[in-house]
Amino acid sequence: MGRTSTLLLSAAAAMLAGTMPALSAWQPQKPIEFVATAGPGGGTDNIARAVQNIITKYKLTEQPIVVVNKGGGSGAEGYVYGKASAGDPYKVIFGTSNAWQQPLVSKVAFNYTDLTPVAAMAQDEFLLWVKQDAPYKTAGDYLKAAASGEFKMGGAQSKDTDEVLTRMIEKTGHVKLTYIPFKSGAETAVQLAGGHLDSHVNNPSESLGQWRGGTQRPLCVFSPKRLPKGPKITATEGWSDVPTCAEQGLDIKQYEQPRTVWLPGKVTPDQAAFYVDLMKKVQATPEWKDYIEKTSQVDTFLTGAELDKFIKDDLEHLKQVAAEQGWLIK
Amino acid sequence: MDNLGELLHGFTIAVTLPHLALMVVGVLLGILVGVLPGLGAPNGVSLLLPLTFGMQPVSAIILLSCMYWGALFGGSVTSILFNIPGEPSSVATTFDGYPMARDGRPTTALATAFGSAAFGALVGVILITFLASWVAQVALAFGPAEYFAVYFLAFASFVGMGGGAPIKTVVALAIGFAIAAIGIDTVSGSVRLTMGVDELVKGVNFVVAVMGLFGIGELLVAVEEEFHARAVSSKIDWREVFRAVGRLPRHSIALLRSAAIGCWMGITPGGPTAASFMSYGIARRFSRRGRYFGTGEVEGIISPETADHAAGTSALLPMLSLGIPGSATAAVMMGGLMIWGLNPGPMLFVDQKDFVWGLIASMYVGNIVAVALVLLTVPVFAALMRIPFVIIAPLIVIICVVGAYSVSNSYLDVVMMLGFGIVGYLFKKLFYPLAPLVLAIVIGDKAEDAFRQSMLMSRGSLGIFFANKLVTCLVVAGIALLLLPLVLQLAHLFRKPAPSTDETTTQATARQKVTI
Repeated sequence: MGRTSTLLLSAAAAMLAGTMPALSAWQPQKPIEFVATAGPGGGTDNIARAVQNIITKYKLTEQPIVVVNKGGGSGAEGYVYGKASAGDPYKVIFGTSNAWQQPLVSKVAFNYTDLTPVAAMAQDEFLLWVKQDAPYKTAGDYLKAAASGEFKMGGAQSKDTDEVLTRMIEKTGHVKLTYIPFKSGAETAVQLAGGHLDSHVNNPSESLGQWRGGTQRPLCVFSPKRLPKGPKITATEGWSDVPTCAEQGLDIKQYEQPRTVWLPGKVTPDQAAFYVDLMKKVQATPEWKDYIEKTSQVDTFLTGAELDKFIKDDLEHLKQVAAEQGWLIK
Repeated sequence: MDNLGELLHGFTIAVTLPHLALMVVGVLLGILVGVLPGLGAPNGVSLLLPLTFGMQPVSAIILLSCMYWGALFGGSVTSILFNIPGEPSSVATTFDGYPMARDGRPTTALATAFGSAAFGALVGVILITFLASWVAQVALAFGPAEYFAVYFLAFASFVGMGGGAPIKTVVALAIGFAIAAIGIDTVSGSVRLTMGVDELVKGVNFVVAVMGLFGIGELLVAVEEEFHARAVSSKIDWREVFRAVGRLPRHSIALLRSAAIGCWMGITPGGPTAASFMSYGIARRFSRRGRYFGTGEVEGIISPETADHAAGTSALLPMLSLGIPGSATAAVMMGGLMIWGLNPGPMLFVDQKDFVWGLIASMYVGNIVAVALVLLTVPVFAALMRIPFVIIAPLIVIICVVGAYSVSNSYLDVVMMLGFGIVGYLFKKLFYPLAPLVLAIVIGDKAEDAFRQSMLMSRGSLGIFFANKLVTCLVVAGIALLLLPLVLQLAHLFRKPAPSTDETTTQATARQKVTI
């Protein structure tokens, strides 16, 4: 009986799908699990919950969505879980570039090739931040002062995006920095406010409140052009007033962190196409625009060949930095 | 008194009918997730978070924070009745709360816990009200070296003031540190101690460890001793609820001391867990009835509960003004703030006065609502103790298994939880203290991170721990506590040959009895 009803149901679903050509060929038949590869409250958790909220609000799928947090081991817990769920199209993993960065530098039991990439949905920019009362006004001043070799640079996690960028600054600016890893960007921002660090390379949302509160300010942004115009953050300045680092003589033209969405390995192309389509619909809503603006991220959408190329380029670049630093695992 | 005016304005926002209704709903939901196995405050708040996206930020934070208060109270219920703490910070409540409940006085234990918790929370809110700006400055002074010093002080206070033999405390701490090291290391980014089990990369979750150590461990001891084979005949007496609360002022010294410890640990980012453990340790040393601690002493419940809630409440301030979440639940609420379009940070107090003071006012009202509601439910919970052991024992096993599984839907956690149950049993049989083990599991890796961050900053020089007054005081106090048992023993040895100092010898032996 149970089997017959399942058969009937899937036949009905197939017919339904056939009559509605606008929809992808595959439709979910049971609740979907969103796996955030970060603890509650972090950037990755926020995006998973924002997407869940938008899908529920616009009824973009009939099935309920549950968000679970698997943030242990700097996100490795969530990716390992995704790897173990191979072939299961009801698990959607939300992560960052650490999906391909982490396996390169530490012995975690997964690689990004174990997963099916869906999309990169938003990009977080990086800025160089110093304490509000620091004497330097430009990245050039900062590098001159850092030549003493006494500067302490803070960041979130070890051998992750923040430390990679720090090593790039060292190389490009011909300085030596002491990198001190903390658990999160928010924690790092507070350490800079308290004067325990000289600088950090936080994302906009991680230091937004601190900038408004006048404890720290950005010197430059690691982006090819200035950030889009938005509301003023302090009395006089907004994100678009921050010069690019290349403009100021710190020649790192582009460095950003994508928010990535994955399915477990071995899912069918139809199933992957359903989620690509779903995420595109999410991105078209005003709520998404609102979320992007409030978290000061950049709206992008990479999928398919474009996403593959992005990952390959980033990986090549990272391999180079990791090899120079001796981080590559044997 | 600028702040007072702001607070009154806050009350006009918080005390409206819809907000009061939200408080009641939040507290009731909170008690529910606090009592249910494996749910806990952080999960409950994240489940509720999407519902708040369409709400006014003030209403949303009132709902979520009241759920938090409810969950904190609810967590004490399982600690006292079943020896299963729901949050790291309510572990210390089990030490005397559970024996007292087992002794046939669950009503007294629960009412005492709720009463002192409410007192602690109140002191915490008053502190926030009047010292908001000063408190924010204190927290900023804490760099890695100062963080380490605070954690060091918490560990040292256990060695110096804990109940067991100091060497056994050190052993328990060391095992805890090893367990805390499992998983990815923040400072080097490498994977440690996973012993080939891929899933262990996530580390050992606190809930898994505690459910095993306390829930299952205690059950094994009980089964062996056939001690609880009968139901506890607890009288359910409404008047006892009020009598227990009425008796609290008699312990005003313990209340005030614990509130002070709690506030201090809440502002300096030591957090509620360290606060409740320290408060318990210090109470055991200074209370006149210290030697009876662990058998169901009233002050053994008052001290950790007051400090826990004082710290939990005052820790909300660093979250709002600096963006450092003091607990997992605070981290979820901070995520909420971002989604509502508010940015935690120094400007929140200037830009979003309605929000901040509405929240602070709601903390006064919300805690009163919470304590009224939980006191009403005391007889219901106390009635649970009348269920015979043959029924309650399998229930505890189910609670622990479901709880461990639901942490991250993993069977490995269930296996580990059972393993911790055996460790808990062995610890009890061999008279090793469990508290230092738990403390080390919870804050061990934070202490390690802080130590290694300090070493990176100072390029390997220990001088960083004596670099300024604040950190020097903390470290010296820690070292003094660490050496206390050694000094006491030496003093005892020196005095032994001289029989004329009869009085001091008896004193020393009396003291030794306490430490045994």
